[in-house]
Amino acid sequence: MSSPSHTPPRTGQLKPKTDWSSVVLAPVHFIMGLADRPLRLLQKRAGIGGMAAFFLAPNMLIFGVFVLLPIIINLIYSMTGGSALFLSERSFVGTDQYAKLFDCKSYLDPMSCQEDAFWTAVGNTFWFVVLQVTLLILFSLITALILNRELMARSFWRAVFFFPVLLSPVVVGLIWKWILQRQGLLNFALYPMGFEPYTWLSDRTFAFAAAVGVSIWAHMGFYTLILLAGLQAIPKDLYEAAEMDGTKPARIFWRITLPLLMPNLLVVVVLALIRAVQVFDEVFVLTGGGPGTSTLFLTQYIYETGFVSQPRNAGLAAAASILMGLVLVVLTLVQLGIGRKNENKGKR
Amino acid sequence: MALKSLFAASAFALLASTAHAGDVRIMWYSDGIEGEVFQDLVNRFMKENPGINVIVDNVAYSVIKEQLPVQLEAGNGPDIARVTAIKDLAKHWLDLRPLVADAKYWDENFGANADWMRPDGSNQISGFMTQLTLTGGFANKTLFEQANVPLPGPKATWDEWAAAAKKVAQSQQIPYPMAMDRSGHRITGPAISNGANYIGKDGKPAPLDAGAKGFLGKFVDWSKDGTMSKDVWVSAAGQSYRAAADDFINGQVAFYYAGSWQVPNFAKKIGTNFDWVATGSPCGPAACTGLPGGAALVAVKYTKNAKEVAKVMDYLARKDIVKEFSERTLFLPAHKGVIAEGVNFKTDSALVKEALNTFVNATKTTSDLANKMPGWRWSDTMYGAVVTRTAQAVAGEMSKEDAFTRIDSDVAEKVKASSL
Repeated sequence: MSSPSHTPPRTGQLKPKTDWSSVVLAPVHFIMGLADRPLRLLQKRAGIGGMAAFFLAPNMLIFGVFVLLPIIINLIYSMTGGSALFLSERSFVGTDQYAKLFDCKSYLDPMSCQEDAFWTAVGNTFWFVVLQVTLLILFSLITALILNRELMARSFWRAVFFFPVLLSPVVVGLIWKWILQRQGLLNFALYPMGFEPYTWLSDRTFAFAAAVGVSIWAHMGFYTLILLAGLQAIPKDLYEAAEMDGTKPARIFWRITLPLLMPNLLVVVVLALIRAVQVFDEVFVLTGGGPGTSTLFLTQYIYETGFVSQPRNAGLAAAASILMGLVLVVLTLVQLGIGRKNENKGKR
Repeated sequence: MALKSLFAASAFALLASTAHAGDVRIMWYSDGIEGEVFQDLVNRFMKENPGINVIVDNVAYSVIKEQLPVQLEAGNGPDIARVTAIKDLAKHWLDLRPLVADAKYWDENFGANADWMRPDGSNQISGFMTQLTLTGGFANKTLFEQANVPLPGPKATWDEWAAAAKKVAQSQQIPYPMAMDRSGHRITGPAISNGANYIGKDGKPAPLDAGAKGFLGKFVDWSKDGTMSKDVWVSAAGQSYRAAADDFINGQVAFYYAGSWQVPNFAKKIGTNFDWVATGSPCGPAACTGLPGGAALVAVKYTKNAKEVAKVMDYLARKDIVKEFSERTLFLPAHKGVIAEGVNFKTDSALVKEALNTFVNATKTTSDLANKMPGWRWSDTMYGAVVTRTAQAVAGEMSKEDAFTRIDSDVAEKVKASSL
C-alpha cells in the first residue's frame, strides 16, 4: 500500500498552522497499518476475486439476515396452517393457503371467491394504482412545469408543494379525517352555503376518491422534485432555437420537453407504481378500509389477516404477501431495466 | 484509568437497559382515569415492598388487542397484563394457585369469574377481574325532555326505544336517533334478547338461527333507514373496533348502546352539558339481557419473577385495594366480599350513582347464555365474523342473507383452521 500523499505546506503564512487532518486521520492510518499485513496475506491466498467477496461479506450478511431470511421464513409460513406463531408448532399444509386465495368461481366477482376480502383488496388496489399513479404523474408534471418557470417567490412555492412529503402518513390521515368527517372543516365551510352536513367518508365512492386524493396530496411533492430536476437538466439552447423558429409552446412540450424528460418520467412512474401497490398507512388512518371494504387494500388485508382477525391466520397473510411481493419484484425489475437503459444511453 | 471508566460506563448502560431480578412489568390500558388510580396503588405497594420494582407500561387498547397476543405467542410479553380477551389467551396465563398466599381467598372472592380466564377443565388461578362490565344503553334525558317524549320504561323493547328515539331525533334535529359501538360483543346482547343461541350442542359455534338473523337484520335495516347511526359501523373494514361514545357525548344521538365502562367517561366528559341516564338493555322476545365482560389482570406464565408477580397480584387482589380501586374508578367490582359489603362510589354526581345502580340491577336480568359467552372459547371468533359481515351489509356491499351465509362460512372456516 502506498503512503498517502500530503499537500506541501503553503508559503507566506505568518504562523505555521497545525495540520488537523493528519491528527484526525492518525488513528485511521494506524489501524490501516495494522491491517495491511493480514490483508496482503489474505489477498495472496484468496486472490483478487476472494478479496471482493471478503469486502462484500458484511453487506451481504446484513442483507441476508434482514431481507433474504425474512422472505424465506415468510415463504415457509405461507405453507403452514393453524394459529400458533412458532413454525415448530404449525402444521405443513403445502400450497393450501394459495389454493384458498385462488378458490374463485370468477376472479372478477370477489363475492364468488372463498377469500372474498382478498380479491376485493386486489381489485381496490388495482384501481387505486391506475387512478393514483395516472393523476399523480399528471399533477406532478404540471406542477413541475409551473415551478420551472420564472415565478415570483419560486423557492417558496417549491417548499409549499414539497411540505406534505415531510409529514408522517398518520398525520396526513388525521388531518384529512378532521376535514372530511361529519363535524369536520368541509361541512363547516359548506353549511353557510346551504349544504346539509354530509358524512363524506361513509360514502363508498367518495371515500375511495378521498383515499386517492389524499395519497396524491401527500406524495406529489417528491415526484414533482424529481421531474423539476429533469426539466432543469434540459439544455436551454434547445428552447431558444425552437423559439427562434417560431415553434408553438404545445409543440415545444411534445417535441422537446417530454422526450428529454422521458427517462425521469419513467423512473417516477415505476417508483409511484411500487409505492401505490404498497398503500396502507394514510388510508388506514383516514378510512380504516371502509365503508364496508371499499378502501380495503392489499397491505391492510395482509395486516388484518395476520394480526387482527380472530384467530389470526399468519399462513394466509404470508401467502398473500408473497403474491404481493411477486408483483413488486416485477415492478422493481422494470425499474432496474429502465435504469440500465438510461445508463447505457448516457454512456453513448 | 480511562479504560476503567469506559468499562464502568458500559457496565452501567448494560444494567440500566436490562430488567433486574425483582422487576415486575405490567402492561396496562385505560378507558378513563383508572391508570392514575392504579399507578397510585402500585406506588403504595412499592413503598411496602422496597425489594420489588413494579413498572407500569401504559399502552393503547389496540396494543393489548393486536400486539400482546403476538408477544405471548412468541413466549414474551409483560409479567402481568390487563386484558379483555381473557379466555382466548388462557394458555399463556400463569397458574398462581401454588404461588399466592391464600388460594382459598381467591377462590371465594373471585371464583365466579375464574373460569373466564383459565384453560378449559383446569382449576388454575390466572388473575382477577379488575372490573365487571355489562353492556347496556344510555339515553340523552335532556333531549327526550326537550322533545316531550317520555323515556321508555325498564321493560321497553328495542322497537319501542327505536320509535321513541326517532321522535326525539326528528324534534331535536340531531343526525341519528340511535348508535351502537362497532363491536361483535355489543351486538350480541341484543341478538340473545331476540332469541339467538350462538353455542352449538358440541360447544362449537352453531350456525346463525332465527333469533340472531332477526336482530342482525333489524340492525342493518335501521342503519339503512337512518334509525341507527351507520357512520361508526362503516368507518372501518374487517373486525376493527370503533366506539360511538363521542356522538353521544356531543349530543348527536338520543340513545347509545355501549356499556357500564362508559359511566366514568361520561361523568368526566359530559359533565353538566346535559342529563343522561343508563337504561339497561332493551328487551327482545327472549330476554332483556346485556352481555357481561370486563377487563382482567392476569399473570403471564413467561415471567422470570413468578414469586414477585404473585406478591403483586396478592396485593392488588386485597379486599381494601379492590374496594378503593372500584370506588375511585367507578367500576363495578368483581370481588364477592366487596360486593357484599357495598361500594361507596366516589362521585358527587347523582347521575353517575343512578347509572351505576341501573347496571348493578341489570345484572339480575342477564341471561344464562350471556353469562356463558365470556368464558366460551369461540366468542371472539363469532364476534369477529358478525362485525365484519354485518358492517358490509350496512355499507350496502352485500345483502343481509349473503352476510348471514358468510358469517356461518367464516366461522366454520376458522374453527377448521384452528384444528390444524
